[in-house]
Amino acid sequence: MIDDGLVLLQLHEPGETPVPHESESGLAVGIDLGTTNSVVAFSFDSEVEVLRGEDGKALIPSVVHYKDDGSVEVGALARQAILESPDHVVSSIKRLMGRGLEDVKSLAGTLPYEVVVPPEGGMVRLRVAGRTLTPVAISAHILMAIKERAEQAMLGKSVTRAVITVPAYFDDAARTATKDAARLADIEVLRLVNEPTAAALAYGLDNSVEGLYAVYDLGGGTFDISILKMEKGVFQVKATGGDAVLGGDDIDHAVAEHFLSQRAAGAAITAGEVKQALMTARVAKECLTGRAEGEWMIELDGIASRHKLTKAELEKLAEPFVERTIEICRGVVEDAGIDVGDIQGVVLVGGSTRMPLVRKRVSEFFGRQPLSDINPDEVVAVGAALQAEALTRGSDTLLLDVTPLSLGIETMGGIVEKVIPRNTPIPVAMAQEFTTYQDGQSAMSIHVVQGEREMVDQCRSLARFVLRGIPPMAAGAARIRVTFQVDADGLLTVSAQEMATGVEQHVAVKPSYGLSDDEMATMLRDSLVHAKDDMAQRLLTEAVVEARRSVLAVKSALGVDHDLLSVDERQAIDAAVEAVEQACAGIDRDAVTVAVEHLEEATKSFAEKRMDRGIRQALAGVSVERLDDALGGAE
Amino acid sequence: MTASVANAAAAAAVVPCWSCKGPVAARALFCSVCGAVQGPGAIDHFSRLGMLPTFDIDQDLLEKQYFGFQRRLHPDRFAAKSPKERALSQSQATSLNEAYETLKDPLKRAAYLLDLKGRKVDLTACGTINDPMLLMEQMEKREAIADADTVEVITKLSADADSEVIACQCHISAAFNAGELDEAGHLTIRLKYLAKLAEEARTKKTRITRALR
Ligand SMILES: [Zn+2]
Repeated sequence: MIDDGLVLLQLHEPGETPVPHESESGLAVGIDLGTTNSVVAFSFDSEVEVLRGEDGKALIPSVVHYKDDGSVEVGALARQAILESPDHVVSSIKRLMGRGLEDVKSLAGTLPYEVVVPPEGGMVRLRVAGRTLTPVAISAHILMAIKERAEQAMLGKSVTRAVITVPAYFDDAARTATKDAARLADIEVLRLVNEPTAAALAYGLDNSVEGLYAVYDLGGGTFDISILKMEKGVFQVKATGGDAVLGGDDIDHAVAEHFLSQRAAGAAITAGEVKQALMTARVAKECLTGRAEGEWMIELDGIASRHKLTKAELEKLAEPFVERTIEICRGVVEDAGIDVGDIQGVVLVGGSTRMPLVRKRVSEFFGRQPLSDINPDEVVAVGAALQAEALTRGSDTLLLDVTPLSLGIETMGGIVEKVIPRNTPIPVAMAQEFTTYQDGQSAMSIHVVQGEREMVDQCRSLARFVLRGIPPMAAGAARIRVTFQVDADGLLTVSAQEMATGVEQHVAVKPSYGLSDDEMATMLRDSLVHAKDDMAQRLLTEAVVEARRSVLAVKSALGVDHDLLSVDERQAIDAAVEAVEQACAGIDRDAVTVAVEHLEEATKSFAEKRMDRGIRQALAGVSVERLDDALGGAE
Repeated sequence: MTASVANAAAAAAVVPCWSCKGPVAARALFCSVCGAVQGPGAIDHFSRLGMLPTFDIDQDLLEKQYFGFQRRLHPDRFAAKSPKERALSQSQATSLNEAYETLKDPLKRAAYLLDLKGRKVDLTACGTINDPMLLMEQMEKREAIADADTVEVITKLSADADSEVIACQCHISAAFNAGELDEAGHLTIRLKYLAKLAEEARTKKTRITRALR
């Protein structure tokens, strides 16, 4: 059971995002928060509309311009500003979500901005226009622009909730960072959905798609491959894999380096040159989709240089990255326990799949022409919008996803013991028992990691925490059960209990790459937006939702068993119900809580009488049919 | 069954609904009065998915049952409900996943069924093989896999290993059907090692094929 009071530790609060009553909440959209571009879409009765800006374009460049006057600009205009003031503009921030110093080292040279790491470790910060910003805050700016775009397109209706997509291969820290960014932007996340799964949803809608499908998703900064079984409205992910730092950006960088090596004859390369070379590389890559060769010019600091590039040269630069994606595909097909020949279709997602080389290698590997009838830039947002509608208005389809990375804990000698293997269907919970190795040991430190390698230092550190208050016992006598739960968003919660004594323990957690609660609170306070969803408001909403449920439950019970009550008893209950309804209309959470307590008191003997009747009926052999109503499960 | 035992069973089958506090069948997924989703309760994996507790299992039916229950209980169905209902649906879906993952895998299914029948086999105990014959056999085969250096040899070894896994599953089925639980226990441990060998052979095969490309 959930409420056994032994949940001592939570890396993520459950019920963090209460869904208020339909009429009180704004519209729910689907957001593809991409490395290079973002897209937002809205679905009504399964009719999806991709929301466009005034320029008619669906893509919002995921680029943020921090101006000297303190204002912030997102999108196409911000992208244009890269050339004039490169040190004021941030792009590809998704690559840094939930990342620490070690990760940034591996990206060395590919990041066109200054990165700093706080002395206490944790998620990196960016130095932009004299400010120090977290990737979460920068993503929040993008999300606010998306929200604004959506509200304009929806004729000023308020947009408050969203399904946000993340790469399937995003780890826990990156998922948490995404959710935090949404919170800062005042968007309630209905669900984090994996990008390939969202794309499959968009394709599977017409139901003609059945069987095993592969979704090959090469975006700007991430690569995902998922194998799904689609069947009568059920989308079951069989296996997923990818690389959270592999994408079209890498090809751009390779081309840019190629250009710069031609341009700079021994001279030091400036940040401005790098940014300009990157932009030129991107243009060249796009042009060579349709042409065999071309010439581009880089002009900066009064120096102009011309650069020729043929399609063959581009493909040679891109090949190592494309081959790496094919290698990952091979591994995931194996993980799914199928042969490539079993796959009935391949869906292409992400702008980078427009490259002819990518299409060629994907069709060679899977032995069939890939599908791309839905615009690969928009398909993920379309799927996200469908899921947003499904979550708020109901649906016949069902997504069954898996966890992309194994979860483990550090054991003796830095070896990882896997607790939840990758590709396990979520939600999932696994418990592991630990014991003490010293007499009287009262505390124990646990290190949670994510990844497939055997050694701790080759995996990503998720969190460290200390179990305290273990009652003094002989070595090996204590039995501490630690439960790892991954929810439907792919987020981890850890809880712990001492089995031998049941003694409660104090647990302290330090997420390795997250923002601390204090940091989040400060950011919300200084906010970007006027923290409408501050703590008090969220607690009130939650209390009201729960109170309304109680009232409905009592009314249902009265409908069935009203004959058990005297007139006086009935009046008392009706009055208590009335009081709860009144409290719900107000803004005082304590009043709601008190009214609900009174209602519970007022219905206590009614509940007892109902239970007596139920048990008497069961004893009398009167079939428990009424009680069994919902027993039959399938179909 | 005596009357008092029947009474106790009937009474135990009725529990209070957490939401409306009225009676609800202990195994019900939803309260028939207020409609609230109930907790997963402590029932075995077979009952949870509405399957008969046997080793021989219809995989298509298992999947159909699993999808059917998930359709009603998955957290996506409760996104607009109260926090308590969302938490319960998450527990339900978690239990369904655990049951499905256990029953769809022959090794886990065999071990679980033995456990239900009171013959616990410890599959987590690593390394030590008590049976000298099994130990010998495993060492020889492992060596053969390690020595394999051509596609032909490893393909044959891999195919052999796979068919041994299937043969062992047939023997386990026969042992369960004959009620020979000790035998089923031995075979289940054997299956564990055979599955591991088959896995090793597959990995080696992939490595050799890849090296050739
Ligand atoms: Zn009820």
